[in-house]
Amino acid sequence: MKQLLNNRHPYMFIAPAVILLTLFSLIPILVALVISFTDMNLKGLANWSAISFIGLENYKDLFTDATFIKSIFNTFFYVIIGVPLVIITSLSIALLLNYGTSWIFNTFRAVYYMPSITNIIAVAVIWGYLYNTEYGLFNYILSLVSVENIPWLEEPTIAKISLIILAVWKGIGINMIIFLAALQGIPKSYYEAAEMDGASRLQVLFHITLPLLRYATFFVTVTTLIGWMQFFEEPFVMTDGGPLDGTISVALFIYQEGFQYSEFGYAAAGSFILFAMIIIVTVFQFKLQKKDTEL
Amino acid sequence: MATATKRSKTEKALVIFLLIAGGILVSIPFLWMISSSFKPENEVLAIPPTIIPDNPTIENYINLFTSMNFAVYLRNTIIVVLFSFLGLLFNAMAGYGFAKYHFKGRERIFYLVLATMMIPGQVTMIPVYLILNAMGLTNTMAGIILPGLAVAFSIFLFRQFMTTIPDDLLEAARLDGAGEFYIFFRLIIPIAKPIFAVQGILTFIAGWNSFLWPLIIANDESLYTLSVGLSLLQGQYANNFALQMAGAAFMVIPIIIIFSFFQKYIVEGFTMSGIK
Repeated sequence: MKQLLNNRHPYMFIAPAVILLTLFSLIPILVALVISFTDMNLKGLANWSAISFIGLENYKDLFTDATFIKSIFNTFFYVIIGVPLVIITSLSIALLLNYGTSWIFNTFRAVYYMPSITNIIAVAVIWGYLYNTEYGLFNYILSLVSVENIPWLEEPTIAKISLIILAVWKGIGINMIIFLAALQGIPKSYYEAAEMDGASRLQVLFHITLPLLRYATFFVTVTTLIGWMQFFEEPFVMTDGGPLDGTISVALFIYQEGFQYSEFGYAAAGSFILFAMIIIVTVFQFKLQKKDTEL
Repeated sequence: MATATKRSKTEKALVIFLLIAGGILVSIPFLWMISSSFKPENEVLAIPPTIIPDNPTIENYINLFTSMNFAVYLRNTIIVVLFSFLGLLFNAMAGYGFAKYHFKGRERIFYLVLATMMIPGQVTMIPVYLILNAMGLTNTMAGIILPGLAVAFSIFLFRQFMTTIPDDLLEAARLDGAGEFYIFFRLIIPIAKPIFAVQGILTFIAGWNSFLWPLIIANDESLYTLSVGLSLLQGQYANNFALQMAGAAFMVIPIIIIFSFFQKYIVEGFTMSGIK
């Protein structure tokens, strides 16, 4: 009897969370895989018999879809510029914050973290106003140094860069905290030994601090890269992919196909291509890391 | 020695200067939001803009509740937050189950939980909508709440923390005749307070900020959360920046206040999770 009770309890503890995850994470993957081979749309939602299997048609169509190709290009644009920027700025700020322990440093830690916990719609509202061509603060400040009005969100390339600035601003916080936690884990004795040997500040930075941050840097790089491959919220709330699809990302393309045009099958196929891209990039990074540690 | 302290003093001054300069740069959007939210409608469009409002007014904040239904959005947001704490309890229970019991299939189920962390949201978004639709839960509060309750990363962190609790403690409690749920609620939760603090703040922030799911699921305005209401406001009052800023401030300031009280737990939480 006691044995039976012991066998039942663990399942009772894990059941609520595991059932919810199964229902809203595991089963959906299978559903997504199945519908990505069908032409399911709004009609199919009402009447399942109207859905038919079309094999790899969706995947073939995607690679001839000019908007999808553009969204891949834009996503790489975001990743290549945004990811290094986020890592460098958050690492620099973490190094500055790690310099002291007085209240000033604690206060500024909170200040730099604030953007990352700010609601994305509020961010869109505030930055939409800042970026406004006529009434925005940015163009006003630039007009003081006689720079012409910049169309922050109206020209495709500038709009992409505007979104990157916003996303870097929002992305610093969490990575800075991870770097800070890692910096605080470095034993003081390393620095003391280096000081005794007469090492300069820069030598300490490049030969002690940065090498010891390797694991944290790897972690931040992997998670940031995965996050930026799914770049979605910023173009969704700021530009809705425009102007002329200039800011559309793969994730936004999937959302629009799925929820604006109700092409569920097509969108699901797009999401698997994104998934594959993420896996390839992540595996590639782990390979690089392995090579790095072997040396 | 004297020169060394002098050097480090100028160095410290430089570091603090850089921190302040960067901090101001990062805070500009917040400062501008707060300042503009107290400006009357005509002043907010004035060129050159005023940094501190000439005629400060709280009219914009009142308008949120009279012209818009911000009271309803606030109520819905609070409901979402409260239920996300129920989700937090589920995650803690699962973390405890995985950490402190041996049972058939434990490893396999735990790996499945971890695997869900790797799936991009875009893949499951459409099927989850279809599943909720089949369950008749679109345009209901349940549909907004259910998909976000269980969080794999949270289960993982709870499990990590709870494996460090000694088994002897549980055995002793069992010998005293305590039931398994009594042990969890009366013994484990008090011990796990630090991890609950971190997860609690993160859960609050996530619930308060949640926007995509409410946006997809809620059609009736009576189900809108603050973020959906704010995006409605942005569409309806596209040129009333003062009102928009008041709406944004109404969303952002509670989070900032809560965060500044509890920020030390968040930093500790990351150190605790073993990311080094």
